[in-house]
Amino acid sequence: MLILGIESSCDETAAAVVRDGTEVLSNVINSQIEIHKEYGGVVPEIASRNHIKNISAVIDKALSDSGKAISEIDAVAVTYGPGLVGALLVGVSAAKGLAFAAKKPLIPVNHIKGHICANYIENPDFKPPFICLVASGGHSHIVLVKSYSEYETLARTFDDAAGEAFDKVARVMGLGYPGGPKIQKCAEGGNPEAIRFPRVKMGERGFDFSFSGLKTAVINYIHTAEQKGEQVNISDVAASFQEAVVDTLSSHLIDCAKLCGVERISLAGGVAANAPLRARVERLARENGMEFNCPRMSLCTDNAAMIACCGYYEFKAGSVADLTLNATPSLPI
Amino acid sequence: MLIFAADTCCMAATAALVDDTRLVAQTVVNHNKTHSQKMMPQIADMLKNADIDISDIDVFAAAVGPGSFTGVRIGVATVKGMAQAADKPCVGISTLEALANNARCFCGLLSPILDARRGQVYNALFECDGREMKRLTPDRALPLDELLSELEADGRQTAFMGDGVFVYRGEIESRLGSSAVFLPKFLSMNLAGSVGELAYEAALRGEYVSYGNLTPQYVRLSQAEQDRKEKRE
Repeated sequence: MLILGIESSCDETAAAVVRDGTEVLSNVINSQIEIHKEYGGVVPEIASRNHIKNISAVIDKALSDSGKAISEIDAVAVTYGPGLVGALLVGVSAAKGLAFAAKKPLIPVNHIKGHICANYIENPDFKPPFICLVASGGHSHIVLVKSYSEYETLARTFDDAAGEAFDKVARVMGLGYPGGPKIQKCAEGGNPEAIRFPRVKMGERGFDFSFSGLKTAVINYIHTAEQKGEQVNISDVAASFQEAVVDTLSSHLIDCAKLCGVERISLAGGVAANAPLRARVERLARENGMEFNCPRMSLCTDNAAMIACCGYYEFKAGSVADLTLNATPSLPI
Repeated sequence: MLIFAADTCCMAATAALVDDTRLVAQTVVNHNKTHSQKMMPQIADMLKNADIDISDIDVFAAAVGPGSFTGVRIGVATVKGMAQAADKPCVGISTLEALANNARCFCGLLSPILDARRGQVYNALFECDGREMKRLTPDRALPLDELLSELEADGRQTAFMGDGVFVYRGEIESRLGSSAVFLPKFLSMNLAGSVGELAYEAALRGEYVSYGNLTPQYVRLSQAEQDRKEKRE
């Protein structure tokens, strides 16, 4: 079964053709990072304007790269949430027009589930049940994946997403946007134990996240030092902040897996592209006798191959959208 | 030649089919629900009721703005998707021009207005001899006061139409008195039949674009770009 996936929930316009949920025939991404850099973060209206400017060409390229015509595609899968409403609406509207006119079923896909499904593309032998940490600029969830179409959220953030904390701290440190790669680079050579930033456990079971306090702690640390006229070792600050995030994310993930008695864990989302996080979770998995899986970098950041993959499993579970499909900016898992 | 047209730039979600001789079908819903929920089911029902298949359509037209940024994009993205699947050319039509075309039998000035918020209206002026419209201004966003001063200076009879009339009719009447006339409600709104008719004429002139090049015409920059521009100036 060939599925055309379409993704426009944030600042990447993407389309991909995937066979049977695992074989990626094409994966086209038009990134707007350079455009939003100037503003220090994603500007929703500018993102929407660029999505509609680029979406036809991105879909055309996904089809031509795959060597398939739209008539050969079996279904169209599209991200309908969560995300920026104006951005989502471009993909949803284009997908509805395309699927209707091509007389193909339209499959609604949850962006976060899409991230999780990137694991199946990376490793088709990695099967549910497993626990997945999905962390990106907009999301920080620990999800129990019971089957290819059943999910249960075990933990979420009470405030900022992990990637958001990276972006905000990077901005205060003057490192630029996007924060994740900038902080990782700056942290190289820094001492992760130099400053003990807070690790917060939220919720009844202590699995939930809060990164707002951590962000404030870093900002306060820098400002206090500045006021005292002290020299701040920026690499130490970056390394210590990164360590606090990595420690929190990885320990909550392992704790969730132990509680559920699940022996397979995985990462997904843009923050999963952070090398120290990948290394830490891999090590903890080994130490605890768990199987670990993580999509390659290009499948961690927003892409449409993961949407097509997720769409395949959703379709098999009977999920098809009607023509009233709308964008749902705060769609739950 | 069969034209499909859609317009979601204003309050109503509307789609139509226009051929060489007539308006074949038109759907208009101006109530509840977002354009995203309304437009596609309306299109599907209209095509079914008119017994028209997608493959019968030669040109896909969209009203490309100005209007609500998100509203404009819903219609344009939908039409782009349909044209891409059908592999057919597109035509983009100004929603203001389509509104003015609702009063093409009027002799005088045509002044469509849409509420552009921030004390402004989206507007373009056309002069009309009862047959042909001639564009006098580009699509623009300007304070209503400025528009009314222009029209006072011109002095000609002016027909107003568009969603902005609901908001500003009183102000217009008090400034322009009897030289302002207002279209009946059913013609004062965006209608895809008008978009289709203008697209038909554009198609005859060969003014097609590919679905990839069918793009919204917002008239205004985004707020972030505007702020940045002002900061630099």
